[in-house]
Amino acid sequence: MALDKFQIAKRIAQDLKDGFYVNLGIGIPTLVANYIPAGVNVILQSENGLLGMGPFPMEGDENPDLINAGKQTITTLPGSSFFDSAMSFGMIRAGKVDLTVLGAMEVSERGDIANWKIPGKMVKGMGGAMDLVASAKNIIVAMMHTNPKGESKLLPDCTLPLTGVACVKKIVTELAYFEISDNGFVLLERAPGVSIDEIKAKTAGRLIVKGEIPEMVL
Amino acid sequence: MNKVFSNAHAAVSGIKNGSTILLGGFGLCGIPENCIAALVELGVNNLTCISNNAGVDDFGIGLMLQKKMVKKMIASYVGENAEFERQLLNGELEVELIPQGTLATRCMAAGYGLPAIFTPAGVGTEVANGKEIRNFNGKDYLLEYAFDADFAIVKAWRGDTMGNLIFKDTARNFNPLMAMAGKTTIAEVEELVPAGELDPNQIHTPGIYVHRIFKGVQYEKRIEQRTVRKEA
Repeated sequence: MALDKFQIAKRIAQDLKDGFYVNLGIGIPTLVANYIPAGVNVILQSENGLLGMGPFPMEGDENPDLINAGKQTITTLPGSSFFDSAMSFGMIRAGKVDLTVLGAMEVSERGDIANWKIPGKMVKGMGGAMDLVASAKNIIVAMMHTNPKGESKLLPDCTLPLTGVACVKKIVTELAYFEISDNGFVLLERAPGVSIDEIKAKTAGRLIVKGEIPEMVL
Repeated sequence: MNKVFSNAHAAVSGIKNGSTILLGGFGLCGIPENCIAALVELGVNNLTCISNNAGVDDFGIGLMLQKKMVKKMIASYVGENAEFERQLLNGELEVELIPQGTLATRCMAAGYGLPAIFTPAGVGTEVANGKEIRNFNGKDYLLEYAFDADFAIVKAWRGDTMGNLIFKDTARNFNPLMAMAGKTTIAEVEELVPAGELDPNQIHTPGIYVHRIFKGVQYEKRIEQRTVRKEA
């Protein structure tokens, strides 16, 4: 069975370590916050100027001055801090953020990522994605394995305008968990019940399979 | 020295056709609502606006787009605005999309008296086209210039008659950076107090950067994505 988006988030959350400062992008990455393992404390960074992002507010407690980078109303936690946008990207560039999780439209076998523009169709802008991918030490991409047309999003080369070059370290899709190394998608884990043949068939870029590939434990 | 203006209309005087304006805020959070309304009434056009976002169709900078006051928009993310997209696709609006951290740091550089900065954001992408690249310690960086803007318009929570500003929560965002970067900086505040009432330890933007200040009225503070949880 392929994973659903919640299970993708859950698998990524297993990689969180106690004390990590983490930036979660919009979409599946946001869901990672719901599956932080017991006993692991992570501090969520929202690039519009908050460390220590808390859950959504209770109804009636929404504060229009307090939003996340997805413009959703949020809350603070004990120990939270606010800062301006230059300091926010300063701490990102300086490598203080331990992990960045973001979505993608395409990833290449060298770790290039495209997630901000479809020429002639979508012109929304890159927001903070280019800054994040240019500096983050550890980037995990959370995305579906194929696009709505059924075409692989794990490619030899990105076809869409790039967000960053050789920066993605890991990818979790509904089918598998990959590490990018040796110019290829190294298969680390399969989703429960998903065959290597299915993963091969849906991966256009160079897939590297070494030895037995375990199933994810969710 | 009097920095205090009576209202938004008085504070935006001097902004004219063709001006370049920095506007604070992230999404609709911490935007200078009063000044935007005053500019729309003033009806200046051919503006170059630098702001992280371009508002929504009927609020924020979206109101200026509706009136076709903006010639060029420099932003990092413009996703929530159908009129913006229409003008862009029709070639009525010039748009320069730049990384969010680059936007923030180009403001900071202007306020710090630095002509340019080097950032890794955008290396190897179309953002790097035509830009000088320097390698430091094995990594490539783009040279990006400090903004040169006629006006900065920001929104703060509290301010005093000296122009000192304090921001609230994530409504701080780009506001203190843009306040530093304007040749003329206009600040609208929710609460305006006499000098001496704000604790000097708590000031985010020292008054030297602020040339005009006024107390804003009737803040709507529209929420773009109201999200709540059901149980504790």
